[in-house]
Amino acid sequence: MLESLFNLGIKSIFVENMVFAYFLGMCSFLAVSKKVTTAFGLGMAVIFVLTITVPVNWILLEYILKEGALSWISADFLGVDLSFLQFIMFIAIIAAMVQLVEMVIEKFSPGLYGSLGIFLPLIAVNCAILGSSLFMVQKEFTLSEATVYGFSSGIGWFLAIIALAAIREKIKYSNVPAPLKGLGITMIITGLMGLGFLSFIGIKI
Amino acid sequence: MKLLRDFLDKQKPHFEKGGKWEKFYYIFEAHETLLYTPKSTTKATGTQIKDAVDMKRMMMTVIIAMVPCLIFGIFNAGYQHFIAQGQDVAFFSVDSLLIGAVKVLPVVVVSYASGLTVEFTFATFRRHAINEGFLVTGMLIPLVMPPTVPLWQVALATVFAVVIGKEAFGGTGMNILNVALTARAFLYFAYPTDLSGDVWTYIGDAQVIDGYSGATALAIAAEASNTGAVVVDALSNSWHSGLFDFGNLVWGQIPGSIGETSVIMALIGGLILVLTGVGSWKIIVSVFGGAYLTGLLFNLIGANTYMQMPAEYHLVIGGLAFGAVFMATDPVTAAQTETGKWIYGFLIGVITVIIRVVNPAYPEGIMMAILLMNVFAPLIDYYIVQANKKRRLQRATV
Repeated sequence: MLESLFNLGIKSIFVENMVFAYFLGMCSFLAVSKKVTTAFGLGMAVIFVLTITVPVNWILLEYILKEGALSWISADFLGVDLSFLQFIMFIAIIAAMVQLVEMVIEKFSPGLYGSLGIFLPLIAVNCAILGSSLFMVQKEFTLSEATVYGFSSGIGWFLAIIALAAIREKIKYSNVPAPLKGLGITMIITGLMGLGFLSFIGIKI
Repeated sequence: MKLLRDFLDKQKPHFEKGGKWEKFYYIFEAHETLLYTPKSTTKATGTQIKDAVDMKRMMMTVIIAMVPCLIFGIFNAGYQHFIAQGQDVAFFSVDSLLIGAVKVLPVVVVSYASGLTVEFTFATFRRHAINEGFLVTGMLIPLVMPPTVPLWQVALATVFAVVIGKEAFGGTGMNILNVALTARAFLYFAYPTDLSGDVWTYIGDAQVIDGYSGATALAIAAEASNTGAVVVDALSNSWHSGLFDFGNLVWGQIPGSIGETSVIMALIGGLILVLTGVGSWKIIVSVFGGAYLTGLLFNLIGANTYMQMPAEYHLVIGGLAFGAVFMATDPVTAAQTETGKWIYGFLIGVITVIIRVVNPAYPEGIMMAILLMNVFAPLIDYYIVQANKKRRLQRATV
């Protein structure tokens, strides 16, 4: 049990990395990776939000949304299927969590709050977050698996963004051709990083 | 010598500002500084000048260090050709040399020609000095290709690696992935059948003996873990008797990419690099250490026969030695901090063995491991620097 959870964690950090295997969460990945400290902050926020939202959404799914999930209230609801509400409910949970994170960061680290800017509330629409919840539905996890999955997908995303930020800090003084400056070269770097991450594709655990 | 200097001096005005070939100044300058150490030096106001060696001299040292691998690779390509036909010739014979040269030298020529064309074009249009780095890359690329690789693929991969992997970042010293490995990885994923097949020996039209498979040591080891055979036995009972004994794996008369087969030749090159101060011994040692320790760890786990393979075999099969010496030590893409070099090299060794043993998709891991650690090298450096800053701040007294 513990071993399979550990394997799931390793798998979702490296083999099925949110950025390099699924290309999810690209917008903030590309935009907030200019400095390692900022990227670190955003990465931590994403880990936190993912670790909370995936299990919470799991509970929501199991006890409210699935067909027959409401039967714990009374047997009359056995035939009720609310899964058409899945997206809107997931987004609501994610938005609430992000709001919470935003308030905490604003209170305890105003500097980070300032440098994250608009991208902090935009975590709510970061597709890596919603993507993880939807993968959780698709892969039919248990609650503990869902928690590990949320946490380790967050770690994978976090690793990717701080690595990119370190590279971008390094190439700050490079003589990049003018048309490629900024986003262009970042796209190329992302592609080359993906080449590196291909190391893990194919590992079965 | 005087003649050459005079010739260069006579041509120089044509290329300088106002001359008729002003546009091609950097092409001229590249040739001139390659032949003669330039007279101009860094301004005395500059700090941290350690040595009179400029980048072209440094790159030449690396090329000299690669020569043993290249010569051995040429003989080996020829020798493998005769083994494949069931003929026994001496390793260092004229026959091996000729056949090998016919196969290997065109790859070298194509790699240099295509890469330098790109370099010259970029230098002329972007008005920057020609990047000496390609002198090394152009030699590394043929050494990591199998002798059977089609020449047009070499050209394509070289152009891709130089344009996307290097020039897009502004040229030598600014790339994030090792250029030669980018070329190899590009071919590996674009044309897998030509680069990861078993038969890596130039055979020609000659009749092949029965039972010839041409499998590399890595392929045999991976196969043995599937069938449950003991790896060392499988290696010594392979298609050619005695080919994969430990001694021969170290010496390198085995099929494989042109320059990677001989551990001894790679280590001679490594010695040259370390003695001249061009390559970092810390990286080389830690790559070997990481691979060996991971091998031992897998011995303890022992879930399949590949994991039970003695750890020292990991150091001599495949291209680990060549990669550790020439690819991992690339001063541009490796970690720059001294502590970072230990971490960087160690993780390369660890990931190489993990990929070899655990990942069924790739028989060899050193290429992917180095590319992956290239991605993380700036991050390692960043945190080492932060930690140093913190430590010094604590020491500081106000």
